[in-house]
Amino acid sequence: MLSYLIRRLILVLPVAFGVSVICFLLVQIAPGDPLTAIMPVDATAEEQAAMRAAYGLDKPLPVQYAIWIGNLAQGNMGKSIATGRPVAGEVFGAVQNSLLLAVSAAIIAFPIGTFLGFLAGYSRDSWIDRAVTALSITGVSVPNYWLGIVLVIIFSVNLGWLPSMGAGPGGSQSWAWDWLHLRHLILPAVTLAVVPIGIVARTVRALAGDILTMDFVQALYAKGMSRADVLRHVARNAAATALSVMGLQLGYLLGGSILIETVFNWPGSGFLLSNAIFQRDLPLLQGTILVLAMFFVAMNLIVDVAQAAIDPRIQRT
Amino acid sequence: MSRFGKGFAAMTAAVALFCGSIAQAEGTLRIGMTAADIPLTTGQTDQGGEGMRFMGYTVYDSLIEWDLTSADKPSVLIPGLATEWSVGEDQLTWTFKLRPGVTFHDGSPFTAEVAVWNFDKLLVDSSEQYDSRQAAQGKSRIPAVASYKAIDDLTLEITTKAPDATLPYQLAWILMSSKANWEAQGKNWEAVAAKPSGTGPWKLEAFVPRERAELVPNTAYWDETRVPKLDKMVLIPLPEPNARSAALLSGQVDWIEAPAPDTIPAMQGNGFVISSNAYPHNWTWHLSRLEGSPWNDIRVRKAANLAIDREGMMPLLGGLMVPAKGFLPPSSQWFGNPTFDVKYDLEAAQALMKEAGFGPENHLKVKALMSPSGSGQMLPLPMNEFVQQSLAEIWIDVEFMVVEWNQMINLWRAGAADPAVEGSQSINFTYFIQDPFTGLIRHLDCNLVAPNGTNWGHYCDDEMQALFKKIKTTFDPVEQDAVLKQTHEKFVNEALFLFVTHDVAPRAMAPKVKGFVQAQNWYQNFSSITIEE
Repeated sequence: MLSYLIRRLILVLPVAFGVSVICFLLVQIAPGDPLTAIMPVDATAEEQAAMRAAYGLDKPLPVQYAIWIGNLAQGNMGKSIATGRPVAGEVFGAVQNSLLLAVSAAIIAFPIGTFLGFLAGYSRDSWIDRAVTALSITGVSVPNYWLGIVLVIIFSVNLGWLPSMGAGPGGSQSWAWDWLHLRHLILPAVTLAVVPIGIVARTVRALAGDILTMDFVQALYAKGMSRADVLRHVARNAAATALSVMGLQLGYLLGGSILIETVFNWPGSGFLLSNAIFQRDLPLLQGTILVLAMFFVAMNLIVDVAQAAIDPRIQRT
Repeated sequence: MSRFGKGFAAMTAAVALFCGSIAQAEGTLRIGMTAADIPLTTGQTDQGGEGMRFMGYTVYDSLIEWDLTSADKPSVLIPGLATEWSVGEDQLTWTFKLRPGVTFHDGSPFTAEVAVWNFDKLLVDSSEQYDSRQAAQGKSRIPAVASYKAIDDLTLEITTKAPDATLPYQLAWILMSSKANWEAQGKNWEAVAAKPSGTGPWKLEAFVPRERAELVPNTAYWDETRVPKLDKMVLIPLPEPNARSAALLSGQVDWIEAPAPDTIPAMQGNGFVISSNAYPHNWTWHLSRLEGSPWNDIRVRKAANLAIDREGMMPLLGGLMVPAKGFLPPSSQWFGNPTFDVKYDLEAAQALMKEAGFGPENHLKVKALMSPSGSGQMLPLPMNEFVQQSLAEIWIDVEFMVVEWNQMINLWRAGAADPAVEGSQSINFTYFIQDPFTGLIRHLDCNLVAPNGTNWGHYCDDEMQALFKKIKTTFDPVEQDAVLKQTHEKFVNEALFLFVTHDVAPRAMAPKVKGFVQAQNWYQNFSSITIEE
């Protein structure tokens, strides 16, 4: 297990390098000028050139990349062109907020999705199965930004029960685990949870349905095992695959919530990314994408290791 | 109105009677801005007009300021940190008498030496206090300034590179930061950003990047009429229009900038107040005047201007527009009395097109640059389609080149001759037109032809150039106004742009917000506002 872990960790290095090259190049391909964010639109060509030089944007791309990766290796992600603030502080602050949102959504989505999936898989072809399937397809298909706005209209605008935006009365820096702050989390977390509920439910349904038809299940029943005990075996067999799906979903929840964070004005990495895109804030874009990509890599690693730990049949040599 | 927008408006209208409100402190005004971040707090703000509005003229002052007290007449310049100013016989040396007894929020005095320090902050990159971020915002605003010096504590002298009577307008951009505070913060602008100090009527009390800024009154402000009546003003970046509307309707903010037009009926139906007023903004097609451009023919330009039913466009914007009668809004002090009446007259337009050699059998094809969204661009897609349909009535076939806003800015900077515009003969760009330079000169000056300046269309005309020179050399404000009128009359009489509309800076606010006077300006005065519980 330890050697497997070490090998996987070593494999992360080329992946990280590839990710860094892609992040750097992708943001360079996009049309637009990062100086737009920091200069009046009518700044003269001479002033623009001076500013371009000041930010090192006049250098050839390979040189810019070398400087960026060199600084990165020393833990320096540079400064945002638009705000002048250090990228690391901006990104990690935002990722913390996104993580809070993503984990909250996962806490809602994974148990509900698993329960519904199991229920449907166990009751295959019954009305329960069809209802859960319909629900999960709806969850996967509904545009979550639309759902977010509908929830805002109902619960914020009409009923006045929950706030529609922000991370609490004093902003995310004064976050506290009290009702005043948690109420800000409810609507975005519920909205964000809808898609993974559908995906997890569909995955677990398929797994449970398949496993229940396997010979060993009949053998367990034949040995006189109770239904609950059999289901425990089924769950254990389904766990490895379900876990890998959930791990990836957590990654998506962290990085794929741009629209949700925009609708709810949630100060997370998606909101940060969206602003950085509109402002062509290259260092911030590169930093945010890199951190999110590395989070995916880390999630994959954790899931692989967890799978191996849970399911001894998964041989990693 | 989009299907989604209709749904949103209908749902909010149907149920907002039951709207719950969330508790808030008394005397606190919470504003949802369109900006995605808190504007730069160190002095010279970023985020365009919104930055100056909320973080500029609130926390800071300039030597000369805009009068923001009246909704009925256009804003004019008034004394700010300078009480009076005059130019010497050489027409280059200006003397400014500074206001005595003004202190920064940190208690340090405002003096001529501090003013010089502030100019160095923007213009002298070898100075200790040079700040590239503030310089990026401020340097281009004072192109006339050659040098400056403190004569004594309360006398400042500025010398211009050439005679330039528009200097007072240029100086209205430049905000004064505290030198003492910069020193107290370790001469570090990043530290100053968290704890800035100006002389303005508001002090920045708390600041969470991207989330909120809290301003409290400066009770020792030098102008007693502008000491804020509120306890606090909270600025919240809310760039997404529907999120802004929802925040207002659910009581999380009391005021939003630029509500989406399709949500306005719902807001008005539920007692929210929509405030708007003419201000120096226009929505035009800036025309290419390169050789071969069809817009070189004055008959075609006039015909296009006569073909647009601007009143018919109003429902598209919920009535929130001022139909253009020229480049400047009709209420502008520099509008003048142009002889060409910009109005909808299809017959006259068609006659002009026929005179120019076009007709049902011989259409004129033009290519036009536009963006699907962008700062100040209003609703560019439907509005441009409206213009396209209008021009089709006079046999002008418009092909659009649609580019994203950030790229649009680059193409605007590049100019009509740049290959990147792919032969486009116009660009739909909205303009900040508040002073003689931004309002008139920069668009058509031969010396500012793109890419070295902002004359996108490469227009160059001796008579216009003489007028621009006269604006800069007419130092008497009344006489200068007369020249500005004359200049604008030429803009209109020669139909130098496709004049379409002016924005009216709509903002929606809860009925408890009282005392706001929306000046005809990009900036506003928040000191008179109260919250009536």
